[in-house]
Amino acid sequence: MLGDKDRIFTNLYGVHDWRLAGARARGAWDNTKALIERGHDAIIDEMKKSGLRGRGGAGFPTGMKWSFMPKEVKDRPHYLVVNADESEPGTCKDRDIMRHDPHLLVEGCLIAGFAMRAHAGYIYVRGEFYNEAQNLIAAIKEAYDAGLLGKNACGSGWDFDLYVHRGAGAYICGEETALLESLEGKKGMPRLKPPFPAGAGLYGCPTTVNNVESIAVAPTILRRGAAWFAGIGRPNNTGTKLFCISGHVNKPCNVEEEMGIPLKELIDRHCGGVRGGWDNLLAVIPGGASVPLLPKSICDTVLMDFDSLRDQKSGLGTAAVIVMDKSTDVVKAIARLSYFYKHESCGQCTPCREGTGWMWRVMERMVTGNARLEEIDALEDVTKQVEGHTICALGDAAAWPIQGLIRHFRPEMERRIRARTEKLAAE
Amino acid sequence: MPKVKIDGVEIEVPAGITVLQACELAGVEIPRFCYHERLSIAGNCRMCLVEVKPGPPKPQASCALPVADKQEIFTKTPVVQKARNGVMEFLLINHPLDCPICDQGGECDLQDQAMAYGFDRSRYHENKRAVPDKELGPLVKTSMNRCIHCTRCIRFATEVAGVEELGATGRGESMEVTTYVEHALSTELAGNLVDLCPVGALTSKPYAFEARSWELTKTESIDVLDGLGANIRVDTRGAQVMRVLPRLNDDVNEEWISDKTRHAIDGLRHQRLDRPYVRKGGKLVEATWDEAFGAITARLKGMDGAKIAAIAGDQCDAESMVALKDLMTALGSSNIDCRQDGAKLDGPRGSYIFNAGVHGIDSADAILLIGSNPRTESPVLNARIRKRYLHGHHCAIGSIGPAADLTYPVERLGAGPATLRELVDGKLGFFEKLKAARNPLIIVGMGAVAREDGAAVLAMARELAEKLNAVREDWNGFAVLHTTAARVGGLDLGLVPGEGGRDVAGILAGCEKGEIGAVYLLAADEIDTKRLGKAFVIYQGHHGDAGAHRADVILPGAAYTEKPGTYVNTEGRVQLGRRAGYPPGDAREDWAILRALSERLGKTLSYDTLAQVRSRLVSINKAFAAIDQQAPGAWGAFGKAGATTDAPFVAAIANFYMTCPISRASRTMAECMASRAQLMAAE
Repeated sequence: MLGDKDRIFTNLYGVHDWRLAGARARGAWDNTKALIERGHDAIIDEMKKSGLRGRGGAGFPTGMKWSFMPKEVKDRPHYLVVNADESEPGTCKDRDIMRHDPHLLVEGCLIAGFAMRAHAGYIYVRGEFYNEAQNLIAAIKEAYDAGLLGKNACGSGWDFDLYVHRGAGAYICGEETALLESLEGKKGMPRLKPPFPAGAGLYGCPTTVNNVESIAVAPTILRRGAAWFAGIGRPNNTGTKLFCISGHVNKPCNVEEEMGIPLKELIDRHCGGVRGGWDNLLAVIPGGASVPLLPKSICDTVLMDFDSLRDQKSGLGTAAVIVMDKSTDVVKAIARLSYFYKHESCGQCTPCREGTGWMWRVMERMVTGNARLEEIDALEDVTKQVEGHTICALGDAAAWPIQGLIRHFRPEMERRIRARTEKLAAE
Repeated sequence: MPKVKIDGVEIEVPAGITVLQACELAGVEIPRFCYHERLSIAGNCRMCLVEVKPGPPKPQASCALPVADKQEIFTKTPVVQKARNGVMEFLLINHPLDCPICDQGGECDLQDQAMAYGFDRSRYHENKRAVPDKELGPLVKTSMNRCIHCTRCIRFATEVAGVEELGATGRGESMEVTTYVEHALSTELAGNLVDLCPVGALTSKPYAFEARSWELTKTESIDVLDGLGANIRVDTRGAQVMRVLPRLNDDVNEEWISDKTRHAIDGLRHQRLDRPYVRKGGKLVEATWDEAFGAITARLKGMDGAKIAAIAGDQCDAESMVALKDLMTALGSSNIDCRQDGAKLDGPRGSYIFNAGVHGIDSADAILLIGSNPRTESPVLNARIRKRYLHGHHCAIGSIGPAADLTYPVERLGAGPATLRELVDGKLGFFEKLKAARNPLIIVGMGAVAREDGAAVLAMARELAEKLNAVREDWNGFAVLHTTAARVGGLDLGLVPGEGGRDVAGILAGCEKGEIGAVYLLAADEIDTKRLGKAFVIYQGHHGDAGAHRADVILPGAAYTEKPGTYVNTEGRVQLGRRAGYPPGDAREDWAILRALSERLGKTLSYDTLAQVRSRLVSINKAFAAIDQQAPGAWGAFGKAGATTDAPFVAAIANFYMTCPISRASRTMAECMASRAQLMAAE
């Protein structure tokens, strides 16, 4: 269990002052100049050593991502873009960072921007996060007023400007290239890769897109050292992580914990346990709506980190743990997620545009058992036809929950179909 | 040059191309819907998936993936086959299977590829999506249920046509291609959307339910409705021209044609002259060829050659023009002209052709338009300039002449000859841009030379070209943009007044004064026929237009789809039009009419067959020997330095949709005009 001394987000619950004075009292902006004076490459090296993996869902090593930026600025400026379009169902970690500890993010932007030789950063905030954006804007203003941002930020000699842009309510704009399109004023549709943003990103310039949490932890990692961060968690799954636990637990909460904490411990210790006791657990979606669910048998022992969950054919995703007890209509729950993906598909590429609607419609019939048994196989086949054939990962995200359902709850689906068939036959 | 292995076969390909293009070079067909060579890459249909090593363990969209050395590409693996089958299934679940009533049937990419990748029954048991149809104007019919969201139409409108009016609203399966506020597209290239659409979502409105592609006879020909000489395919059923489609020719029209080229063809069915007429008692009455020739012979026999004149029209083939010229010479007349608009062009070949070639626009790095609005004069050429603007690092484009929206930004320098003078003298900033350019292109429109002081304007343009060193061994940036299909051919054959002869203005003035006794109009309708006075007018042509109304004798000729003909486009490229059908009724091929008439007049022309006429063309101008080639134009002194007026250059074409007897007879063009007028009024 993570001790208080190792917490990065010390105002996660908003009980303290979120403004500059409060943040400073908690250690933010403490001699940022010295951090910057270590130099671009030293910062990136330290981040690499910390083993920090991107907190937006895919878990790509953050330090390595930063190192993909060109080593010198040529004719095109570099940009830092922060993905604060937190829309993954069940996830609410970036939101609490922005409203309760915005200065962690602002300071992180300066350091990350400096490391990748960017003089400008954009924070793309989810449109619905109005109050959060207001806090963030206020924090940025405070930082400007205190000389922490802008020309010669923190007295480091590095100029850095930070802008907040509010989205307009599209899940897909959280995909990094769709986010860039949206930021450029275009329709939020993912771009083809390659070229990757580090080569041609915002306005065709080298750009790195990072999640809020990945950026917000950077200053603390640099202050306390990569070794400290790497010492928490398990190898290749290091550090602390914000978990968002929702659903059928007694006390849903956001909590910063060690990577690799057992799921059962996470729920029992921080959330007051599953409603009706652990044995009342049906399944858990461990990483936001996009990852396959896990039945109780796996939940008993699984560790909450990237590799452990991948081994269980699921994923850590955004670490949004959605707990479902035995009162849950699990087929209906997944059908609702299918509707979400059908609604949020951008419509650009064929498998996702057509496949999400198809999957949702079949799922709706599965809820009532209004299907034939073969259709379960057909449904799984359709998910495979979507997965891996699309421009961005939304297609995969739409396919995985259904694959997880079929993998673990096929008997339930078959039961409903049989029950309905029998009922109709009886009438 | 990277070496790649495609399905186990090694091939060396040019660097920088995509995997899809490499596969094409290797002769491996890759199915695709959204990819189009002339549009930006969207990569959204996912039909062109292939497996690539090294690369991620999932299939890649080959249209968007650059080739790399030592890459291994697999196009026939089970994974690829499964992926394509999957995409095809997705495309079909919401596609109405209404092929039997779809105009695209028989030439539909989806239909064809479904044969290769489709399955014979559906696993989709839900309701299909229904999408409201959109109104896109009089040319493009929509059936949006069929749309597969490839976005080719959006990309064409935005990139090539330069009108950002098409887009997609909605998300996911609710995405709809639309103009949002529904209106006709304000482009002269709308018809190409129909060609681009890989399915039957966008079909041709005038051609709706007219014919099936497999029952049409296809004839490769040349367009004559503007000066570009677009390469076309004429599809006929029986004698009727059902539709016109573009042919690929990268040097001329790439694969686009204008709406007039494509859709004025219904004009070929109306107002046609299908038998000879002779005016008797002030009224035109039907006659036989014999009577018509007799009436002409009666008037021309013994008439002094100086009192006879001839004007060749804007859509004449070279064969009929040479016959006209030879006949006039035989009659002793040097009053002949092919420039109905009075353009002051008669110098060496280099002075009246688009020397740089249409493809030359692609390498121009500064462009000056003088008295030209290419958008109405040749929309396809205008799209080429736009392409240069987009790809040529925003090549500087200036204009002296009427203000117009050309779909790309133009620096308007002024309105008339005075501005040109200042530019030539280096007094305008734009001169420096032209001077700095390696390949400056000076486009002279008819608006600049078809005026009293045209020769002086032309001389200034030549002065500018020479000053800019725009006329060199490796580049000739002096380019005349003609608006008519016959003009360059006419000039090549010397259909300009001979010694002491009269030009069009002289002929009309002579008619008014009674100095001209007879005028031969070879499909010439763009003159002021009221000025023909009491002259005896012979009209030979295919439409009952202005010339025919004034005529004393009408000889029915053939339209461009009804005769083999040689046309020289604005670049000086000699191209062959082919016969797609026969002229109606008693109408005949034009050179043959002149040949027959010459015999009655006792001045028999020396050729009896088309081959003989064509060798006569070559004997006059060697350019006619090189078919499909652009023979270089000789340079020399031309134009006439002199005073210019203050009058601004006026656009040569006031109304794009109606410029010739065919387009004036076309109902489709009338609808286009009305629709455009409505659009303008709405703005």
